[in-house]
Amino acid sequence: MAQWDDQLGKLKQIIEIMKEHNLVEVQIKQGEDEISVKKGQVQTPQPQITAMPVIGAGIPAVLPGAATPQQEKLAEIKSPLVGTFYAQPSPDSEPYVESGSHVDPQTLVCIIEAMKVMNEIKAEVAGTIVEVVAVSGEAVEYGQVLFRVKPD
Amino acid sequence: MFSRVLIANRGEIALRIIRACHELGVGAVAVYSEADRGAAYLDMADEAICIGPPSPAESYLDIPRIISAAEVADVDAIHPGYGFLAENENFAQICRECGITFIGPPPEAMRLLGDKVEAKKLAKKAGVDLVPGSNGVVGDEAQGLKIAGEIGYPVMIKAVAGGGGRGMRVAHNDMSFRSGFAAAQAEAEAAFGDGSVYLEKLIAEPRHVEVQVMADAAGNVLHFFERDCSIQRRHQKMIEESPCPVLNEKTRQELCNAAIRIIKRANYVNAGTVEFLLDKDKHYYFIEVNTRIQVEHPVSEMVTGCDLIKMQLKIAAGEKLELTQKDIKHRGVAIECRINAEDPANGFSPSPGTITRYIPPGGPGVRVDTHVYQGWTVAPNYDSMLCKLIVHQPTRTEAIATMRRALSEFVIEPIKTTIPACLSILSHNLFVKSKVDTEFVERNF
Repeated sequence: MAQWDDQLGKLKQIIEIMKEHNLVEVQIKQGEDEISVKKGQVQTPQPQITAMPVIGAGIPAVLPGAATPQQEKLAEIKSPLVGTFYAQPSPDSEPYVESGSHVDPQTLVCIIEAMKVMNEIKAEVAGTIVEVVAVSGEAVEYGQVLFRVKPD
Repeated sequence: MFSRVLIANRGEIALRIIRACHELGVGAVAVYSEADRGAAYLDMADEAICIGPPSPAESYLDIPRIISAAEVADVDAIHPGYGFLAENENFAQICRECGITFIGPPPEAMRLLGDKVEAKKLAKKAGVDLVPGSNGVVGDEAQGLKIAGEIGYPVMIKAVAGGGGRGMRVAHNDMSFRSGFAAAQAEAEAAFGDGSVYLEKLIAEPRHVEVQVMADAAGNVLHFFERDCSIQRRHQKMIEESPCPVLNEKTRQELCNAAIRIIKRANYVNAGTVEFLLDKDKHYYFIEVNTRIQVEHPVSEMVTGCDLIKMQLKIAAGEKLELTQKDIKHRGVAIECRINAEDPANGFSPSPGTITRYIPPGGPGVRVDTHVYQGWTVAPNYDSMLCKLIVHQPTRTEAIATMRRALSEFVIEPIKTTIPACLSILSHNLFVKSKVDTEFVERNF
């Protein structure tokens, strides 16, 4: 019973946080336990124009339905290695990608140097770079976020 | 002394090494896989680097990832702990080539002693008795039958590259020899990629007795007395103690000196353990050398008052052993119980899950070496050992009483653990009288 109370309490806390920050979806994983909470989507009814002043040919225009509020879901390009992150092929060249660059899965986005080997890292996602998270010349660990990408 | 050391391991031994590093003023860099993310012991390191996904092959066993982490963290040395890469001579070699000190023996000594056949030849030259056997690889069945006849049945057919009890068969006569020989070869080939086998006389009621040794780079070798590890289940040690309850002082000295001779001859450096079998007549036979620090090292630490991990760090950093053999005295009795996340009532099947209630024992003479705490989740990816419970008292009777008390106090819920099994063994009449051998557990439980 105590376990259920715990879970209910956690759930209430999560809902409060979602309301406060206007989040649509939250997923929390701890070991084997997982909680997933999704806010029900609010359907804005399509505005119907029933009467309209006749202008010109008098063709009634129907306004497009308002878009449902969506949180932007960004993809992350994570490091598959431990090593040093380099944003550009050599110190005085241009970075492979930057904020605003479009990438597709085969695009080379950075180099991670591990044990003197320069490993070329591919985007593995199609989209636009929104944020370069890793800092060129600094160490990165396995799983560390390198870039955030808005998927196509 | 090193400035920073990377610990290429996880769990309780990683924490053990972090502690030794901190006492010596050395920075400790931990590595972890995604399965160990969030482990509290990682916060005790000065830096923690995620090196890979949960699978050991892509994390703790992955040499490039470990070396890469060592380079980005700019460490002077790597401590491999036990298991994983601790006895991987290739890893030791790569560390050397990358200018990183490997805290353990040089690759040459590791290679020599890691080869069971070569190690036996060396032991023989050092004047140590071996278990009567083929003294080398057995080429074919015919040769095997001849040797078995000379040694006398029963014999054990063992894989040269083997370990963990695999690639082994027992033969009681020519007929079972023929079937066992082929089977052992096939199993060895499949498990280790090397089908070579050798023969050994099967010793009746053997006790597993091992000697802790430590050698510095100047060739000084010390022993820290013996440990009796006869309480095993499927060749996995469950309970270890020091001293060996059935050895007299003369045999103890001979055993320990034999271990030193073997280690010296191999030009070994750093910590190691020399394993013997003791038969019911107290004859000891060399089995093998473990070229690493072992799980049960705390037993020897308690009876000698020495910190073996700190000693490993000092030796690797080039310091000479400041102790002499005379300085190392054996005091009292120490017993260690390994506590695993396994269900003894269910064939010791693994019992993973989250530990919601954890209350360790305490009081005089009790030491707990563990990475586990309330809230810890036991993942299925690695071995099931949760902690080592060690007790130290002036006599064996008191040590057993303290261990029973400590085991009874220990709360680990709701997962199943081997605590009840340890309690049963400690209450068993034969254990109390120490009339045990390596088959004791399987015979009685």
